[in-house]
Formats: sequence, structure tokens, C-alpha cells
Amino acid sequence: MSELDDFRAETRTWLETNCPPECRGPAEEDAAIWGGRNAVFKTPAHRLWLDRMAARGWTAPEWPVEYGGGGLSREQAKVLASELRRIKAQPALNSFGVWMLGPALLAFGTEAQKQRFLPEIVRGEIRWCQGYSEPGAGSDLAAVQTRAEDKGDHWIVNGQKIWTSYADKADWIFCLVRTDTDAPKHLGISFVLFDMATPGVTTRPITLISGKSPFCETFFDDVRVEKENLVGTLNRGWDVAKHLLAHERTMIGAMGEIGAGRPVGQVAADHIGLDEAGRLDDPMLRARIAELEIDAAAFRLAMERVGDQVKAKQAHPAIASMLKYYGSELNKRRHELLMAAGGVEALEWEGERSRNGTPARDWLRTKANSIEGGTSEVQLNIIAKHLLQLPGA
Amino acid sequence: MPLILTDEQTMLKDAADGFLSEHAPIAHLRELRDTRDADGVSRDLWRAFGEMGFAGVVIPEAHGGMGLGAVEAGVIAESLGRTLTPSPFLGTAVLGARTLAAGSEDQQAEWLPRMAAGQAIVSLAVDEGAKHRPDRIATTAERHGNGFKLNGAKAMVLDGHVADALIVAAKTPEGTTLFLVDPKTAGVGIERTVMVDAHNAARVTLTNAEVDADAVIGPVGGGDAILDGVLTLGRGCVASSLVGAGDQAFQITLDYLRTRKQFGKLIGEFQALQHRAAHLFSELEIARAATLAALQAVDAGREDAPLIAAVAKAKAGRVAELAVQEGVQMHGGVGMTDEFDIGLFMKRVRVLNELLGDAGLHQDRMARAQGF
Repeated sequence: MSELDDFRAETRTWLETNCPPECRGPAEEDAAIWGGRNAVFKTPAHRLWLDRMAARGWTAPEWPVEYGGGGLSREQAKVLASELRRIKAQPALNSFGVWMLGPALLAFGTEAQKQRFLPEIVRGEIRWCQGYSEPGAGSDLAAVQTRAEDKGDHWIVNGQKIWTSYADKADWIFCLVRTDTDAPKHLGISFVLFDMATPGVTTRPITLISGKSPFCETFFDDVRVEKENLVGTLNRGWDVAKHLLAHERTMIGAMGEIGAGRPVGQVAADHIGLDEAGRLDDPMLRARIAELEIDAAAFRLAMERVGDQVKAKQAHPAIASMLKYYGSELNKRRHELLMAAGGVEALEWEGERSRNGTPARDWLRTKANSIEGGTSEVQLNIIAKHLLQLPGA
Repeated sequence: MPLILTDEQTMLKDAADGFLSEHAPIAHLRELRDTRDADGVSRDLWRAFGEMGFAGVVIPEAHGGMGLGAVEAGVIAESLGRTLTPSPFLGTAVLGARTLAAGSEDQQAEWLPRMAAGQAIVSLAVDEGAKHRPDRIATTAERHGNGFKLNGAKAMVLDGHVADALIVAAKTPEGTTLFLVDPKTAGVGIERTVMVDAHNAARVTLTNAEVDADAVIGPVGGGDAILDGVLTLGRGCVASSLVGAGDQAFQITLDYLRTRKQFGKLIGEFQALQHRAAHLFSELEIARAATLAALQAVDAGREDAPLIAAVAKAKAGRVAELAVQEGVQMHGGVGMTDEFDIGLFMKRVRVLNELLGDAGLHQDRMARAQGF
């Protein structure tokens, strides 16, 4: 216990000294640090914050030190997270490499792949994107049709991906491709990595209802992929994909909680005001917000508990579906209430006062939460089948 | 502290589940109910609780208890929720024992060992009206001679009709004060209330009931501070019982979905029911996490323990309510019969939801904590 207390004290001191003031408090979207070859930093302090955290491996606190990670225990990582929350530190790095690819490489990658890719992920040098969904393979992901043709020491990849998050800004892609067209659909898929700068790769951003374009269509036209960049076993990429999906789902489930800015009740108080007793001057809305906050607090504890169960090897692999389902539905509810809290003031789409319609655009963005990474209905199917063993599920 | 049970806590859970399924399964509740048992609760079973160490789970070893914490009390409360067992556990072993821990050495020495042994029942009398409102106590205690004179009416006093002692919360000019009252005192009226779930509580009236000065537990006017800790622990344990009852109702329903056939199919094959079951599963996992976190926070003496307990009580209450609604509905017609157990869970959850504050009360606490 006292070792953990020491760790907390050291961490607190280090963060006080090293987390720049510009990197504390609610993060504006344009301040988010994503890293990559063409990294954009809102201020020099943001670059410094990434570099300092990366040097300690704290952008991936629980990864082994040999691959650049922080080498922290689960308990130490919890302390670090709580100390970061305490000073309202913005994330030093947002990264699909840290959240999704890294855990899959740690489980399935060769030693050479781990040494090559993990440290640069920790340092935020390479920005990754995920090539999963296709126009004909959404909820039915295993129906992927993008083909990889065997050319001896390499493959030639042809096909199309869709909903590829930030593909236009990414440096590399982890991608599901069909390497055996005769096998049953789950068994002919492989998981490969390649550089988005490879000739034949093009991307086209898709404008969403939020007016933003976080997702792209991605086209592969005779793209050369080296065989050394196969992760896991040939034709067994579905195993890697599922492992990664569990991390993705946990991440999407956690999105609302990690990204949550000011509490909804305070936002509502700003717009609507309080009565003489200090209660929100809209009792019906107050009750709905309070119910959300109870659910949100309980959900945060459930995320913590699942993390502890994973560490203690007591977790069912499908439990990620529960976190994804619940967290994404919760986040949609949160933003419905944020819109109600803002009232007509939250309806602006342009202009300085609303930061170009941030509340409305964020609200609309959350509608994808229960679709991306597997719809809520797919998650409920998985829970019914794998956790409840219901007949015919 | 990881949010999972330790090996020792898991052993205690297995012991409690095993003991209750053998000695006090749902058939025990039905027997007490159907024979119109005068007490509605078994003293023999309470003594066996003493022998197993359950009755003294939070009582210090020096007073014959196990000296364990809130998590362990919650483990037993969850087991009781699964079997719906009428037991003085919550009223005496949790609320009564934790309140008396604030009492004098004499009070503790007189009561705690007998409570730990399952020989004494001590009931906490806080509630008065239709709702749990510990901040609005109207019962009064006036100074009188060497002691006090109590006037007021209490409701929802758990096991109050079989209590060997009552702990009464009353207003003095200094604030809320707690009194240890002999139920046989002149001016104390006790009326058993047989509740919808066949568990027991009592209405207690106090009409110029006189107690000595040494009947005060803790300082005069210090009742609110004591109750704050006691009720926080109690809410964590009631949340545990709600999780136990809700989860057991869910398990019974899952069994039904796997065996009942209609339209030539097991009804569990229908996606409409699968999705509702999967949603309920998720809710139960979340309620369980919040409940364990609340109990751990109590044990760690954390400042935010009352707020986490509020989260747990509100969440577990709503989730258990959903579990029994879905349970009865998915059972169809047989869910409405007294013969099937699912309806008993619905009744128990209704009572547990009112006990120590409903979801609305605890949501209000959350709103106040967040400044709205």
C-alpha cells in the first residue's frame, strides 16, 4: 500500500511540474493531440506534453517498458489516471495505435513487429487508421470482400473500405483483407498492415450530419503489401480482428466518460439558472439529468470493475460488448440532455458564441456511437449468445 | 482496491449462499407466510446466523463478532436477496450493530455480544412518514427529570415487533439524538406490519415514553452524524440485497426462456426477448459494480462513500425493478401465479426500493453534490 502511496506522491509532483497549463481543463476539439508524421499541435506546449508523457511511456502506461510503454501495474495505472483527472489534464495522445492496434500486436504480433511498431505508437510518431467496414460489410463484418492476391513475397490488395476514421490523416492502416475466397467467410480473412502512402491508396472524406468529416471512404487499387506485415496466422485474421474489436468497443463505450467536459447539470445551470434552494430551475430536466449522472457514475465503476476482472483473468471476453452497448447509449443520452440543457442557445450551427455549433455538432456525432464498432443490436446479440447462452442466439 | 471480491470474501459468499439455500430457501419464506407465523421471522434461524458468524459480521471481535467490514456485510445481504429470507440481519446486524458501535462501553457490552450470537434483535426506528426522510424527524425528546420523555410515531421499524431493544431517533434542541429504548417501556406502542413481501416491520408510537439519560447513544444532538455513517452502510447493504434479488429473478427468467416453448420454438430463441435479456444483463453488471464500490468506499472510510452509496442504492433499485418487471412479463401467465417464485421477487424489490430511500431521493443527492 505504501509503495502505491509513494507512486502517487511522485506522480503528482511530476505532473504538477510537467503538465503545461495549456494542457489542463476541457480540451477543445482542435487541441486534441493525435500525433503522426503530419502532427498538428495547437500550441508548442501540446507538443511538449506529448513528448514528456511519451518519454515516460505514459501514453501507454501498462505496456511493457521494452516496447516503450510505462510498464505500470494495473493499480499504478489507476493512480496515474486519477492524478491526471485531478489536474484535469487533457490526453497527451489520442491514438488508435494505443487503443486498438497495440493490444492486438502485443497478443498476436511477432517480436520484430512489436519492436518496430509499438515504440513509435507510444511516441505518437505514426498515426494509424482501421480498415474494417466495407459498403457490403457493416454489422456483418466478416463479409469483407477486399481481396489480397498472393504474389509470392507480397500481396496485391484491391477493394474498398468505408467509415475509415481519419483515413485522410493517417500514416498507416491495419486492415482486414480476404486471402482465401473459397473458405467459409470467417476463415479466409487476414489482418495486414500497410503504409497509407503506398501507391494505389486513395481516401475521400464523407460529410456527416454533424457537418464534419471524421470518416472516409478508402480505396485500394493494386496496393502492394509486404508479407512480413501479416499479423497473426494467414486466414485467421478474424481472431485478431475480434481481439482488437474488444478493445475498440471498450474504447467507444468509454468515450463519453473520458471525453465528458463540464457535468451536464452545470451546463444546464449556466443556461437555465438555479432556484432559491440552489436547484436547477427546471425540475423535470433536473430529475432526468440526475438519473443520467447516477447511471454514468455506476457505469464508470463498471468499467473499472471490468478492467480489474481482466487483470484477475475473471473477465469473459464478450464483456466488452456490454461496455460498448451501455457506454454508447449513455453518451447519446448525455448529449440529448446537453441539448435540452442549452435550449435554444444550443441550436446555433455557426458563429463564435457557439464555437461554430459545437454542442449541436457533438450531439449529432454521438449518434454514431451506437453504430460504429458494431451496432447496439449486434452487441446485444453477442451478449445473448456468449454471455447468456440463449438458444439459437 | 480492485473492484472484485477477495478470496476470503468469495468463501464467505459461498458459505452464505450454501447455508441459506439449505436452511432458508424460498420455501422458508412461504412457510412463515402460509402458516401465518406470529413473528413472521424465525428466532432459530437467527441463532444459526449467530453460530455461522453472520449476525456479528460487522461487530468487533472484542464483542463476540467477526470484526469484518461493509463488503462482507454486503455479501451476506446479497445472499439474503437471492433467497428472500426474512431475517433480522439488515435491521440488527447492520443498522443496529453499526449504530451501537457509537454507544458507550456499557451499551456495547450489554448488546453487541448477544446480537452477534443471534440472541438479540435491535431495531432502528428512524422513518416516520410514507418516505424515508431522515432529515425531517418530527419525534421529540424533552428533558424530563433525570432523562427524557419521547413523543412521536415511527414507521418501517424493521422487526420492531420482535425487538429486544429499539433505537429511536428523536429531536432535541441540540439536534437529532439517538435513544436506546426498552420496548416494554410504558408509553411505547408496537404494531406489527405484515408487508407485501411477507417480511416484517412495525409501527412504533411513543407517548410520553420515559428513558434515563444513559439511554442516549453518542452525544446528545449527535444523532445525525452517527446516522450518516449507519445509513450509508445500510444503503450499501440494501443495494446488495437488490442486486441479489434482481439477479436471482433474472436467472430464474433465463431458465424459463431456455425451457418454455411457444410457436414450436424455445421462447429464448426470439430476438425480441434476447435483446431485453441482454439489456438487463448489462444493467445488472453495472449495478453490481456500483454496489461493490460503495461498500469498499465505506470500508476505506472515504469521504465520498455516502455519494457512492446513493449511486448504488438508486441504480440497484431501478435495475432490480426492471429485472422483476421483465421477469413477470417474460413468464407470461404463470408469472402472475403465487405458485411461481418470480412474483415474490417483485414484492421484495418493491419493499427494498423504499427502504432507506428510493431512487429519487438518492438522485436528488447526486444533483446537489454536482451543484444543480
